[in-house]
Amino acid sequence: MSRPRRSADVIVIGGGIHGCSTALHCALRGLSVILIEKDHAGRHASGVNAGGVRQLARHVAEIPLSNTSMAIWHGIAELVEDDCGFTSDGQVLVAENEADLAGCRARVEDLNLRGFHHEEMIDARELREIVPAVSETCPGGVISRRDGAAIPLRATQAFKRKASEMGATIREGVKVTKVERDGANWRVVTDAGDFFSPRIVNAAGAWADRIAADLGEPVPLEVIAPMLMVTAPMPAFIKPVVILRGRKLSFKQFGNGTVLIGGGYLGRAIRDENRTILDWGKLATNAKTVWDLFPIMRGAPILRAWAGIEARMPDDLPCFGPSARHEGVYHQFGFSAHGFQLGPGAGAVMAEIIATGHSNVPIDGLDIARFAQAS
Amino acid sequence: MKPLTEIGQLAEHYDLAVVGAGPAGLSAAARASELGLAVLLVDENPEPGGQIYRSITTTPVTDRAVLGVDYWRGADLVARLKRSAAAYAARCTVWSIAPDVESDGASFEIGLSLDGRARLITAGQVILATGAQERPFPIPGWTLPGVMTAGAAQIALKSSAIVPKGRTVIAGCGPLLYLLAGQLAAAGAEIVAVLDTTPRRNWPAALGALPDFLRSPYLAKGLKLMAKARRSLRFLGGVTSLAVEGSGRLSTIRFERGGASESIACDTLLLHQGVIPSVNLSNAAGCAHEFDTVQHCWVPQLDDWFASSVPGIAIAGDGAGIGGAESAALRGEIAALDSARRLGRITIAERDNHAAPIRTALGRTLRGRRFLDLLYKPATQFLAPIVDDTIICRCEEVTAGQVRDAAKRLGVTGPNQMKAFLRCGMGPCQGRLCGPTVVELIAETRGTTPAEVGYYRLRPPVKPVTLAELASLPQSEAAVKAVVR
Ligand SMILES: Cc1cc2nc3c(=O)[nH]c(=O)nc-3n(C[C@H](O)[C@H](O)[C@H](O)COP(=O)(O)OP(=O)(O)OC[C@H]3O[C@@H](n4cnc5c(N)ncnc54)[C@H](O)[C@@H]3O)c2cc1C
Ligand SMILES: Cc1cc2nc3c(=O)[nH]c(=O)nc-3n(C[C@H](O)[C@H](O)[C@H](O)COP(=O)(O)OP(=O)(O)OC[C@H]3O[C@@H](n4cnc5c(N)ncnc54)[C@H](O)[C@@H]3O)c2cc1C
Repeated sequence: MSRPRRSADVIVIGGGIHGCSTALHCALRGLSVILIEKDHAGRHASGVNAGGVRQLARHVAEIPLSNTSMAIWHGIAELVEDDCGFTSDGQVLVAENEADLAGCRARVEDLNLRGFHHEEMIDARELREIVPAVSETCPGGVISRRDGAAIPLRATQAFKRKASEMGATIREGVKVTKVERDGANWRVVTDAGDFFSPRIVNAAGAWADRIAADLGEPVPLEVIAPMLMVTAPMPAFIKPVVILRGRKLSFKQFGNGTVLIGGGYLGRAIRDENRTILDWGKLATNAKTVWDLFPIMRGAPILRAWAGIEARMPDDLPCFGPSARHEGVYHQFGFSAHGFQLGPGAGAVMAEIIATGHSNVPIDGLDIARFAQAS
Repeated sequence: MKPLTEIGQLAEHYDLAVVGAGPAGLSAAARASELGLAVLLVDENPEPGGQIYRSITTTPVTDRAVLGVDYWRGADLVARLKRSAAAYAARCTVWSIAPDVESDGASFEIGLSLDGRARLITAGQVILATGAQERPFPIPGWTLPGVMTAGAAQIALKSSAIVPKGRTVIAGCGPLLYLLAGQLAAAGAEIVAVLDTTPRRNWPAALGALPDFLRSPYLAKGLKLMAKARRSLRFLGGVTSLAVEGSGRLSTIRFERGGASESIACDTLLLHQGVIPSVNLSNAAGCAHEFDTVQHCWVPQLDDWFASSVPGIAIAGDGAGIGGAESAALRGEIAALDSARRLGRITIAERDNHAAPIRTALGRTLRGRRFLDLLYKPATQFLAPIVDDTIICRCEEVTAGQVRDAAKRLGVTGPNQMKAFLRCGMGPCQGRLCGPTVVELIAETRGTTPAEVGYYRLRPPVKPVTLAELASLPQSEAAVKAVVR
């Protein structure tokens, strides 16, 4: 038996979609990689999210990363040898009234001026064609046609598997307790001994603030627990994913008929116990929105509800890119409940930055330095 | 007792909520109420009694010999509840239990449904007395019409005096197998054979526990049952494999014993492979579980008072580990005493005093259990079906072969990861029927133990609740306001 490897060109902390994707893309660039995950890959946000692969309604600072990701999603099977359950039937943002619709129009015009054309206005008629089940009163909305959905845990594990096949060492069930400088290297202290590397990636999700604090870069990370519900199979009635402008909702039907209902209502996260508590009062509000919008859903049995532990930043944007203080440290966390879609692309961009020092994909506005004076 | 027939009649808050009105829940509720606690007892069945005393107050089976003396004992438990001040909601399903976010963990929020309407109430303490379920028993063809579990046949008998039609075969293992066969035969079922799969190689391990068994209350009862079953029924022991045949419907049960293949034509096949604690609600409530290697099943981690790892939730009865009806009732009382103590209604000394004689009785009822557990441990080929085509998850039609393949080729190491690939455990039964089998198959394929593999992380609602029911819950102000994306 060879001794387990203790050092590499890059150590990635965290085996979510981001850590696994960065590990894979680093390995593809010929770097040696160790990925360290305290539970198992995809155990947290990346394995339990809604699987929404959405460019629609993103903050402009995220759009370049999101575009890069979308290109990868559309060829995901070539990259990881698993289609990850990805389907692309578009995502639609439904306006429930004229005020919503005016907001949509302003947004799409602004995006067009910036040179982004993935969001398109649709009128009431086209909305009804694409989403026949939606309530009669909705005047239109916005569509992003290349959007879709995938199976989260499966996608994350596919990235992990492929990274491992490309030579990355994956250490699951190993917890990083501390990171510190050790000459030219970083010492990554874990409950399974120390690891060494000149470069570390902090992709620790809802726990990433602890690593950042160790590095003297504290961040105002909030631990959140977005909730989801899924129903028993229903007759097929909707293809695209639907989100709302005015109220919280994310709604989609899978090929097997089950319907996923979410939208970002928060339960309570107990991150040190890997545990969440649902708030049924809020889920009831979530159910009420569906009751209003899709009368066909009223009798649907809810089979399961759950929440995942996720990191939110005050401006709802991730910390992404090189550390503001240290050579060889990279941050990739704080995806604020919309980071699944970004995973494949963010890993590619991160690996490019690590390997070459820069990337052509703009990541302005995502720098961890934006929190420096606040803390 | 205060019967509640509409969900609106439930109070906002109870000192103690007891889930399940079997022997454990009936005793827990009665005892706690006698100690002055405001108690709510809920059960999804229309009548109290649980599995063993199912329909005790309403059964159309009037010939007492059919269900046996043990069954009729349940009437005393129900009478005691009726004398108490406990509130009792029948046809009421508990679908969620969690610490109440508002009270910061000082009480529990309980989600219930009755007659298509949902409610959230709170309780300071919770006793789960949700009992046992039959161990899943997938064999080739078991999803064909004509095949059901022996327990399902017993439910039909107790609640509606219905017995299976035509030539009936009972197959499997465990003490209840003989009881069920006996009850059904007495009720007029045409039982053409009992196929006993108890592995002969279990005997050496079981013999070590024999002395206790010889002094236990099980002995006389068990011998009588066995003798009666063997005398009156065609009894075939040493069965090592089972497969259902038939096109569109069961027509033949094919089996092997002593290396030879045999078959019996039949109209109904009743399968039974012992019972295991039903852990769905306790699991979803966040209680820690461990694998019991003697009973070969997942059981909640409990202390001497049946308190789970979640402070304030106790688990009594067969849900705490299989012990039978008498021990279930005694466990319920012990859990109730500790609930009263936690709520400050009695002192530790009072609790211990009350509990002492109950503990003695409990020790007596459990003596000999180990022998039964070891003797009737199911054979591995029934825990992890050998034939790849065998369906193991009925909800999503997942086969044993698919689970083995995912464990081998895709490196899936646990049941939670398996969900992402095969969807097993994600249907309406929430893994109740496939969980134990998935764990066995992964353990077998990866050369490890069920304990290492772990179990599903289950999610509420533990029983399905409709969108309309949920939408009709009172809307909290905080939730309505939370409309930022
Ligand atoms: C319910 C829900 C629904 C969502 N829906 C969507 C959606 O539809 N579309 C979308 O794009 N996004 C969605 N998201 C957001 C998305 O899931 C996350 O943004 C994304 O998965 C974050 O990935 P990550 O790799 O940063 O974090 P994670 O997946 O949480 O991974 C971080 C990992 O780091 C590990 N770790 C932490 N600390 C340590 C340590 N000290 N040592 C070792 N390992 C450590 C953790 O165990 C964890 O596995 C949703 C999130 C939730 C919770
Ligand atoms: C099918 C079957 C048949 C059995 N028959 C016999 C027998 O004839 N003789 C014998 O000695 N032992 C029998 N047993 C074993 C037996 O269950 C017991 O030893 C005894 O009934 C255990 O008592 P208990 O109080 O722990 O649970 P139970 O008697 O099983 O009572 C549990 C109760 O909880 C209720 N419940 C569960 N979940 C919920 C929920 N979420 N919401 C509301 N209510 C809920 C159920 O409806 C049930 O009434 C049987 C077991 C099974 C599974």
